[in-house]
Amino acid sequence: MAHSPANGHAHPGHSADVTKRDLLQLIAGAGAAIGAGAIAWPLIDSMNPAKDVLALSSIEVDLKPVVAGQGITVVWQGKPIFVRHRTPEETKDVRATKMGDLLDPQTDQARVKAGHDDWVVLIGICTHLGCVPLGNKPSDPRGDYGGWFCPCHGSAYDVSGRVRRGPAPTNLPVPPYAFESDTKIKIG
Amino acid sequence: MAGMHKSEIANPVLNWIDSRLPVITMMQKEYGVFPTPKNFNYFWNFGALAMVNLVIMILTGIFLAMNYQPNTELAFDSVQRIMRDVNYGWLIRYVHQNGASMFFIVTYIHIFRGLYYGSYKTPRELLWMLGVVIFLLMMATAFLGYVLPWGQMSYWGATVITNLFSAFPWIGPKIVTLLWGGFSVDNPTLNRFFSLHYLLPFVIVGVVFLHIAALHIVGSNNPLGIDVKGPQDTLPFHPYYTVKDSVGMCVYLMVFAAFVFFAPNYLGDPVNFIPANPLQTPAHIVPEWYFLPFYAILRSVPDKLLGVCLMFGSILLLFILPWLDTSPVRSARFRPIYRILIWVLVACVVVLGFCGARPPEGIWVILSRICTLYYFAHFLVILPILGKLERPLPLPESISQSVMGGGGGGPMPSGAHAKPMEKA
Repeated sequence: MAHSPANGHAHPGHSADVTKRDLLQLIAGAGAAIGAGAIAWPLIDSMNPAKDVLALSSIEVDLKPVVAGQGITVVWQGKPIFVRHRTPEETKDVRATKMGDLLDPQTDQARVKAGHDDWVVLIGICTHLGCVPLGNKPSDPRGDYGGWFCPCHGSAYDVSGRVRRGPAPTNLPVPPYAFESDTKIKIG
Repeated sequence: MAGMHKSEIANPVLNWIDSRLPVITMMQKEYGVFPTPKNFNYFWNFGALAMVNLVIMILTGIFLAMNYQPNTELAFDSVQRIMRDVNYGWLIRYVHQNGASMFFIVTYIHIFRGLYYGSYKTPRELLWMLGVVIFLLMMATAFLGYVLPWGQMSYWGATVITNLFSAFPWIGPKIVTLLWGGFSVDNPTLNRFFSLHYLLPFVIVGVVFLHIAALHIVGSNNPLGIDVKGPQDTLPFHPYYTVKDSVGMCVYLMVFAAFVFFAPNYLGDPVNFIPANPLQTPAHIVPEWYFLPFYAILRSVPDKLLGVCLMFGSILLLFILPWLDTSPVRSARFRPIYRILIWVLVACVVVLGFCGARPPEGIWVILSRICTLYYFAHFLVILPILGKLERPLPLPESISQSVMGGGGGGPMPSGAHAKPMEKA
């Protein structure tokens, strides 16, 4: 079929004529691709967290029962969360650490909320291979740095949750949280 | 290298694959150039639609199974969680639920095509019988699937149908206990029904593969029921029937979408929104619409064992249909009496369907009995006799002659010497 310049389908440099069949094939192919996407997306998205799972994605923790020097463990999104109420001495000591001594340098101030310096909230999963470090229960060993000690391979964390001795490579992560009042935090 | 397939494909990567596993050559042969009669009407679309439907059911079923809990304490609520909390769960569930109905609509029309055009006759007997196997597997799958939401109708439908097997003498009750895994339909039953419901569709896939393989050996039938004589009677499957099937698929998807988005519970029973209660039987136990004719046959006779035998017999009968129908002519277009009687059969099955939905009393029992009798008479009495007595219309010379020469499907032009009639 001769390609007419008047019909506006000019393809400069395209040596063979573009036919109606090519257009139809393009439209059919595009339609099929869009259809396939429209079918695939709901199926795949159904695997994303459902609304009831998302509803459990934030929790509130009451801090009143946690005395200075004590740590508790709560569960958030299936993970253990350490909430430790540090004594002022512990806070002062941990802030005196030199950045050069840290495996993963980070200031303590960057890891706690201003005005609530004695509270540290961490995801309690060792950054080495995922064990839950010891240190919250009063009977637990707290390691050489007074924070947490991972029994699996010997990583030690300070009271800011920063790694001081490996094989863990990075500090214990801080989850998203905020103080709703002086005695209540909301995690997530 | 010895044994490798000599692939004709230009692209080097595809050629490498194809010479070691000729899937591309196979697809080109079976769905690309495959010579297909050129006179197909839209009735021939329904096999392909059934295949699409099967894929849809498997896909939606797999994703539903990610959230469904096959435990009597949790099943009903897990379905509600899918409907309310899982992203697009409502859509996946409604597609799966209405997809079952669509599967039976498509399959019943596909079977009708076979009956009307004589697609079960030689050399397609085995093809037909594989189809009946697929139909039986579909019914088993649908029954198992309906139990899973664990509503009132799920539970009581399961109880009624599993109890049927107690009709068999001596071993009946033992079979029922084996099916139940206990002393009534309960958690072990639900758990195994889930396992089997997941399994059977893949068995169906296997039998569908055989069904299509059997078809491709003998080639498709066509509305005239006469054999393909040569390339002038056929068209390559692609692009003619790939495109025509796409058109049919669009219409099918529109009907499907109308149910899913505008009337998703129209074909269902509201009683199934009540969680299963073993201590309370619903006033009317009714299966899904696609089982109603068989349900009517089951209840048409007062004797339990005879009812069970008639119900299963009505489907098993289809296996021997190629030998019951003695007519040498395939297509009903050239069988003036059969052409009418097949619609009578359809009406009879529809009436049975209505009877199946009603309580088995009064006029419904009478109608069930008449129609059950007619159904069996059609296959066991009428068809064998009709083939011998019916005077068929003259068959056309060939497919292309009937399509190209004036008027489709007519006899030879007047004045020409009538050739001997074509045998099936």
